[in-house]
Amino acid sequence: MPDVQTLVNDFLNQLKKRKIEGSQATAKLTAELLRSVISQQRVPHTNQATALINAVRAVGEQLIAANPVELAVGNIVRRVLHIIREEDLSLATAAMAGLGVSAASDDEDDVEREENSVLSAAAVAAAARSTLRPPSLQTLLEDTFDSAVVPHTSSSGGESDGRSRSVEKGSRGKKLKHDVIEAVNELIQDISTCYEQIAEQAVEHIHHNEVILTLGSSKTVLEFLYAAKEKQRSFKVFVAEGAPRYQGHLLAKELVARGLQTTVITDSAVFALISRVNMVIVGAHAVMANGGVIAPVGLNMVALAAQRHAVPFVVLAGSHKLCPLYPHNPEVLVNELRSPSELLDFGEFSDCMDSASGAGSLHVVNPTFDYVPPKLVSLFITDTGGHNPSYMYRLIADYYSADDLVVKRRPVVAAVLSSKPRARDVFTFVQRKMNHI
Amino acid sequence: MGAQKKSGARVSEEADELVRVPLQAILLADSFTTKFRPITLERPKVLLPLVNVPMINYTLTWLESAGVEEVFVFCCSHSKQVINYLHNSDWLSQPNFTVSTIESQNSVSAGDALRVVYERNVIHGDFVLISGDTVSNMSLTQALLEHKERKKKDSNAVMTMVIKRSKPNPAIHQSRLGTDELFMAIDPNTKQLLYYEDRADQSKGTLHLDKSLLVDNPSLSLHHDKQDCYIDICSPEVLSLFTDNFDYQHLRRHFVKGLLLDDIMGYKIFVHEIHSDYAARIDNFRSYDTVSKDIIHRWTYPLVPDVMNFGNSVTKLERQGIYRASEISQSQSAVIGPCTVIGSGTKIGNNTKISNSVIGEGCKIGSNVIIEGCYIWDNISIEDGCKLQHAIVCDGVIIKSGAVLEPGVILSFKVVVGPEFVVPPYSKVSLFQQPIEEDSDEELEYADSTSVIGSQMETSDVEIASQVLETHFSPASELGMGGAGHVWLTCEGGHEEEWRHSVAPIPKDKILEAIKIMEDDLELTHDDSFFPPSGELKPNSNDSDDDDHEDSRDDSYYFEKEVEATFLRAVHENIQESHLILEINSLKLSYNKLTADCAGAVFYAMMKYALDTPHSSADSLLQNVQVVFTKWKKVLTSYLTDIDEQIEIILKFEEMCSESAKEYATLFTRILHYFYNEDVVEEDAILSWEDEKKDADEADKVFVKQAQHLIQWLKEASEEDDDDQE
Repeated sequence: MPDVQTLVNDFLNQLKKRKIEGSQATAKLTAELLRSVISQQRVPHTNQATALINAVRAVGEQLIAANPVELAVGNIVRRVLHIIREEDLSLATAAMAGLGVSAASDDEDDVEREENSVLSAAAVAAAARSTLRPPSLQTLLEDTFDSAVVPHTSSSGGESDGRSRSVEKGSRGKKLKHDVIEAVNELIQDISTCYEQIAEQAVEHIHHNEVILTLGSSKTVLEFLYAAKEKQRSFKVFVAEGAPRYQGHLLAKELVARGLQTTVITDSAVFALISRVNMVIVGAHAVMANGGVIAPVGLNMVALAAQRHAVPFVVLAGSHKLCPLYPHNPEVLVNELRSPSELLDFGEFSDCMDSASGAGSLHVVNPTFDYVPPKLVSLFITDTGGHNPSYMYRLIADYYSADDLVVKRRPVVAAVLSSKPRARDVFTFVQRKMNHI
Repeated sequence: MGAQKKSGARVSEEADELVRVPLQAILLADSFTTKFRPITLERPKVLLPLVNVPMINYTLTWLESAGVEEVFVFCCSHSKQVINYLHNSDWLSQPNFTVSTIESQNSVSAGDALRVVYERNVIHGDFVLISGDTVSNMSLTQALLEHKERKKKDSNAVMTMVIKRSKPNPAIHQSRLGTDELFMAIDPNTKQLLYYEDRADQSKGTLHLDKSLLVDNPSLSLHHDKQDCYIDICSPEVLSLFTDNFDYQHLRRHFVKGLLLDDIMGYKIFVHEIHSDYAARIDNFRSYDTVSKDIIHRWTYPLVPDVMNFGNSVTKLERQGIYRASEISQSQSAVIGPCTVIGSGTKIGNNTKISNSVIGEGCKIGSNVIIEGCYIWDNISIEDGCKLQHAIVCDGVIIKSGAVLEPGVILSFKVVVGPEFVVPPYSKVSLFQQPIEEDSDEELEYADSTSVIGSQMETSDVEIASQVLETHFSPASELGMGGAGHVWLTCEGGHEEEWRHSVAPIPKDKILEAIKIMEDDLELTHDDSFFPPSGELKPNSNDSDDDDHEDSRDDSYYFEKEVEATFLRAVHENIQESHLILEINSLKLSYNKLTADCAGAVFYAMMKYALDTPHSSADSLLQNVQVVFTKWKKVLTSYLTDIDEQIEIILKFEEMCSESAKEYATLFTRILHYFYNEDVVEEDAILSWEDEKKDADEADKVFVKQAQHLIQWLKEASEEDDDDQE
């Protein structure tokens, strides 16, 4: 136990000091940390799932507070919570199926359940997701139904459910924990391979003699472009440098090293060049539930320019960047102001900033992120395929359960209002809240 | 377990490759000065809140994030408070970061502190030496790497100092941090520090570089625009050096200068310059103000209030740099201006205006209060209608309704200011009586500092005025009705001009003054097109100190000797005139002299040579002079570009006649006439020399009288000229 605590403190520290940058690294570290939290957590015979959920929540709450700007932390915490619920449910249904008691009366559903008892629910979900590309109406419907049932039973059942099934749970022993850890491992695997999965789709989007524009630096974009190049597509890349951190320079260097035709332009030249561009491909910091994108500063400008010239604006995002929250939620802190030293030299301007010595006082604002509204985004490419912005909330519902939107245990009404899951879930969600209060 | 190892490795990723031995640091939780009095009588400086967080937290946070693994906090004055604070904070229970305290009651300086640390034998490798009042966000990786590389090549490289470029505005240059001007000479290639002078202010623009510096180093860059960050990376030898030299007290004044002067051991100090990173030390109230502003402006990111929250309350950043903690109750009509931090639990009344200030936790601020540029700590109550400008108000102070704090006021803990009372500018108020003697038990202080500061005190009239003002104040405990506290007097000469170190902005007239002095300097530099003049010869230089005078007199003496020796060598070895001029020019530069000084010195050397050449009578002496001058006139005339220089040599000649070479006394007029004929001196020069002497003592007029005949003749001649022209 002290082991986990030191690990957690360690990670908290790094988050607080802003030592970990990039959502992928953060997501992976968070998942790894939560895995060790789960594996160290002693589970009682009854209510295993609740114990695990509480443990993860307790840690998750601290992690989110440590760096509220890094939304990937919260995403992963919620994903893990969802995994626990899913696994618990699948074990429960499996047990029930074994006893010959079927929860639902529908025939088709029964068949589904039978299958589920063999495979773990997460594996099924993963399989469903992989068949999701390209999405057909059939899979869509199935998927909707499946995930709609999952949170419902788990949430409405709650503790009484657990108590009634305590006997089975005891017999299941360490099964749940084991399954959960397996599933988290899969999640970690997913996070680390998301580049490849996104990059696989590059050929479908990039064609011969096209001109691609990007801004700043993103590993996902780099891999994506490189994958297209690997498939013998010849195209040009314009890299806007991404002031004030100028990470575009690094990307350009990397692209040239890999043999792509690369041109570096200033951010201010984007509008002038956009008419020559066939597609804008950028990375994101986070994708919100409404399809809006939190992205490195400057991208909103690029998106507007692209819209003006009807150039497709494509956002690449691994599934760990999908955030179930809405940007207008007051709980969501979407931006961070960094040091003005990235813009100005310390000595030269610091006296203008001191209002006492000069006539006026100079303010320097150096925000890290931009918000790109969903209407400016043409396409999202995630590791499960390409999606329309309006579809994002659906995708998010696959990964998260509505119960976990608020990781903080203090009930917050704002969160209820801001989250927009399907009507049934909202209903049960609000009901639960009411009961608590 | 696997995961633990992994993340463990990641933590020290930066530091790991560099540091096999855990990187250690010594944090001096005592500044060994009295600049923060009277506040430091009650609480150690490192625990004073800087933007609502005790200073030591900034330093510790930085050390931790820079990859330091073990910190020794050296506590001296108020050691119990520091230790208690650390125990109650979570610093002692951090993973991969151990903080331990070393307590000593009888250390009076940084030197003593390091000697104590050495005796403990806890430092095993390179360490970071820092004092607990430093705020930085720099990355140590590069500096450490450089230090280690150098150490590998040259075991004498014992220390790397971190420096940063300071504000380029020359007028109020160093005053940004309220520290003295700093001159440094650095070898641009190796970054070795060759010269360090932080008290150059006293000599007003003169700077003495040892000649050997120029001889030994192929190139040398002199810096006046750098700021010392007081972050040092030291090798373990530094500690033993302190032990060997038991008289080293001050880190910079004794240790650094000592090493630079000592060429027997050959220890070297290097510098590491940081550019975009931030580092500054809080040395006095002005730097407290400046660093606070820098934090609010986010130069120190991520050490900013909304990211670094030590308490439970979360601070949020709003537009225009307003930081607001949770649970603030603020009246609708209150106006909070830009760059303001407000701590949790604070109440703000109607129509109150707050701007550019830091307000601590749990303060009660009444209605119609104006707060501007103030630092208000925790649990303070300010009643209705008060006006506070650029003041520091410590914990528990009560300011009754209608009271006014003028700029630069310091109110120490639990002082009570009575209603309608006006606290005059720059006053320091404490519940404690001002200690009579400078050596108090409470805070140990650096013994030498008073004398040093005293000797360098500038007697500007403004300062005297402010002193008079301050002695004029009510002596003690009179802070209006029901007030509590003693107003401290500025001890005579113990402090520099108050405005320089106060939290209040630099008064307008001071800035103007500084700019004016600078412009004067510029004009003069323009005149002689070479070097800024030494203080002594500046036409509108105000009364310079006697010390100063003597100093440059001494200097001139050596300069003259050098020039004379050079001249004699030239005569004996038959060196070409142009070469001689070149040599004298280089002397001029190294001694930082004016052309007039050169002219005087060359003239002196020539006359001396003429005098020393064997001669029987006054006539043969004149003969000698003529011989010397016909041969070497060119050398002298090359320095006589201006009338001022000609006057200088006449004055010089006069001086010689009356002092060192009385033999010339009788020949004064004849030689002067000869100079006139030879065009060494012009008519105007002679006339203005006479003019200058008009008001002199009778004794000084001897030679004017002697030359009266010549002058008369010159005047007539010029009149004739004028007539002719008409």
